[in-house]
Amino acid sequence: MNTRPFWISLVAAVGAAVVMVLPRRRLAALILVIAAASILPFTVKNFFVFQMTLVMVYTVAILGLNILTGFNGQFSLGHSAFYAVGAYTAAVLMEHGGVAYYWTLPVAGIVCFASGFLFGLPALRLEGIYLALATFALATATPQILKSTPLEHWTGGVQGIILNKPDAPFGLPLNPDQWLYFFTLAVALLMFIGAYNLVNSRSGRAMMAIRDNPIAARSMGIPVELYKSLTFGLSALYTGVAGALGALAIQFVAPDSFTFLLSIALFVGLVVGGVGSIAGTFFGGLFILFVPNIAEQVSKGLAGAVFGIILILVIYLMPSGLGGTIRLWLYRLLQGTR
Amino acid sequence: MTRSAPRLLPLAMLGLVVAWAGPALAQKKYDTGASDTEIKIGHIGPYSGPASAYGTIGKTIAAYFNKVNAEGGINGRKINFITYDDGYSPPKTVEQARKLVESDEVLLIFNSLGTAHNASIARYMNSKKVPQLFVATGATRFGDAANFPWTMGWQPNYQSEGRVYAKYVLQNHPNGKIGILYQNDDYGKDYLKGLKDAIGDKIKIVAELPYEATDPTIDSQIVSLRASGADIFFNVTTPKFAAQAIRKAAEIGWKPVHLLNSVSASIGSVLKPAGLENAKGVLTTSYLKDPTDPTWKDDPAAKAWAEFMQKYYPDGDRTSAFTVYGYLVAQTLEYVLKQCGNELTRENVMKHATNLKNVELGMLLPGIKLNTGPKDYFPLEQLQMARFNGENFEVFGPILAGDIGGGS
Repeated sequence: MNTRPFWISLVAAVGAAVVMVLPRRRLAALILVIAAASILPFTVKNFFVFQMTLVMVYTVAILGLNILTGFNGQFSLGHSAFYAVGAYTAAVLMEHGGVAYYWTLPVAGIVCFASGFLFGLPALRLEGIYLALATFALATATPQILKSTPLEHWTGGVQGIILNKPDAPFGLPLNPDQWLYFFTLAVALLMFIGAYNLVNSRSGRAMMAIRDNPIAARSMGIPVELYKSLTFGLSALYTGVAGALGALAIQFVAPDSFTFLLSIALFVGLVVGGVGSIAGTFFGGLFILFVPNIAEQVSKGLAGAVFGIILILVIYLMPSGLGGTIRLWLYRLLQGTR
Repeated sequence: MTRSAPRLLPLAMLGLVVAWAGPALAQKKYDTGASDTEIKIGHIGPYSGPASAYGTIGKTIAAYFNKVNAEGGINGRKINFITYDDGYSPPKTVEQARKLVESDEVLLIFNSLGTAHNASIARYMNSKKVPQLFVATGATRFGDAANFPWTMGWQPNYQSEGRVYAKYVLQNHPNGKIGILYQNDDYGKDYLKGLKDAIGDKIKIVAELPYEATDPTIDSQIVSLRASGADIFFNVTTPKFAAQAIRKAAEIGWKPVHLLNSVSASIGSVLKPAGLENAKGVLTTSYLKDPTDPTWKDDPAAKAWAEFMQKYYPDGDRTSAFTVYGYLVAQTLEYVLKQCGNELTRENVMKHATNLKNVELGMLLPGIKLNTGPKDYFPLEQLQMARFNGENFEVFGPILAGDIGGGS
């Protein structure tokens, strides 16, 4: 495989991160990121455009998990379930409802917010690893529920649903892959700006206060239960929108696509990208899409072991994740030059 | 001038070669993935994940093409076999298929494994007009010539197998009463449709009980089947449930004519856990020579296969039907590519894949032949009944046809 585009994009991402840490340059950084991301699909093969679309999809899903774990301190191994609900919402609406693809995203978001919020209410009684276990149960149950007979008429059972790829609107000179890339990019940017504003708001500080010390947060008058449930719902919303985008990109949904291994992958992406780092989620997305392929190239028989070694090295060398480590290096670099 | 001369020399030579080879080139036609020296074939299989046991098939195919290449290739062209792992996850299958088609630029994708996995790429492959040839699943949907002309199965599909059981029952137990246990999904319903289509109303079906793949046990269904008075048991279950069914039937002393679908015709993973004594007399179907069956001990084709395994895939499990399967399916592709001659276009590959006429391969059971037509996308539709004798499956009786294709 030609890995050059991967390295180019990695360099571009690091470059973008450089600009990002400079004070009061966030808008400039955003414009730079958009510019770089806009040039990309015209310089590489369609397959790589498709891969980068998937990277953004996973990035948004990891961002959802990060809001929950990184900023609110709740664990979840069940986000594959919300991803599946989002993907199926989009697929069923398009297949049976004839709904346009762009309308499926807000619906998927609302459905996932509601299910996340409702799941969050009883789950509130559970803390830490117990919550992780409860959500794990959700992840293992979801594929089976999707296969079950009462839902089969809608979900297509084990066979799943095949979707059409949307064409570019307004006669734009883009092929479907490029159009979907830009569509995903726009949604991902919106989600990022939303997340950034959230964590820097009063509500975001309340979320983090609950993470750092729930008793102190409660005594300061923060409604802890409500915030926790809302955060769970919001996190599910992000992941659900990612699921809907993923369904559009893959053009296919089936129960076997959303096993708990997907939850683990999102969790790996979260830790590798950096828990509590918004920009880091992008590195998490890059990692879970490309590193298994690189591992397979190193050795087909031992791909899992190679992946494990890479993972251990990353965690050992960069305990704060790729996002955190790059930020640290950049601060050091900038202080050295001043 | 002196500097440019060496640069021009190869160009001039190239011009000469082109001029000389001109008429010969005119007869050769290539699509992406084929050239004078090689043919690129893509493959996707589960080398990791829950179904990694199937990884053996991909490894056998790779070993077989090593043999083909060592013996000079196909019409002088080497096979460049590129195989990727999808971990039995459909989104990964899509990614790997796109990588093969768009990045590696293969001529075709061959024997990709899994029902949902092939379904996930079928539309993509057909919109790209890249053959998705001889896929590794028995689902009947992969023979839809009208809607998916670039997608073709290989092994006998579930409906054909259902028809074969119907034929057997009609000939041997015309006064029987059939009880059916089936998994409530496309796989189970495929079998059911095949059996019912062929039986019509000639034999009474007294019970038809579904179970969910998520059920813990099917004991109660077995009890109800017995109570229904059925004396022919059509057992459409996956290995875990098949073992339960055989054991439970023996426990309650129910001894029907037991038709076990080939999906679960595995001695190691079904009959041993069910108890070999309980499984004695169970019937199934087969189309390839079982490497553990002593009947084929001195068979030349089985010997050639054993030699191949010895030389090119020494770590391979020689008691596993997967290695025979991989060997046979690779031979089928080799045959099709040979037929294509020097016109290695995707269209021509499909033309020859849909024009198999009574092709016989050594490791298929004697009398079973590959047949396809422009509207018949089911290469194998014949099967032979086999009976478990307490140690291994023994084939018996005539070759039975289960054709459902659109006629060739």
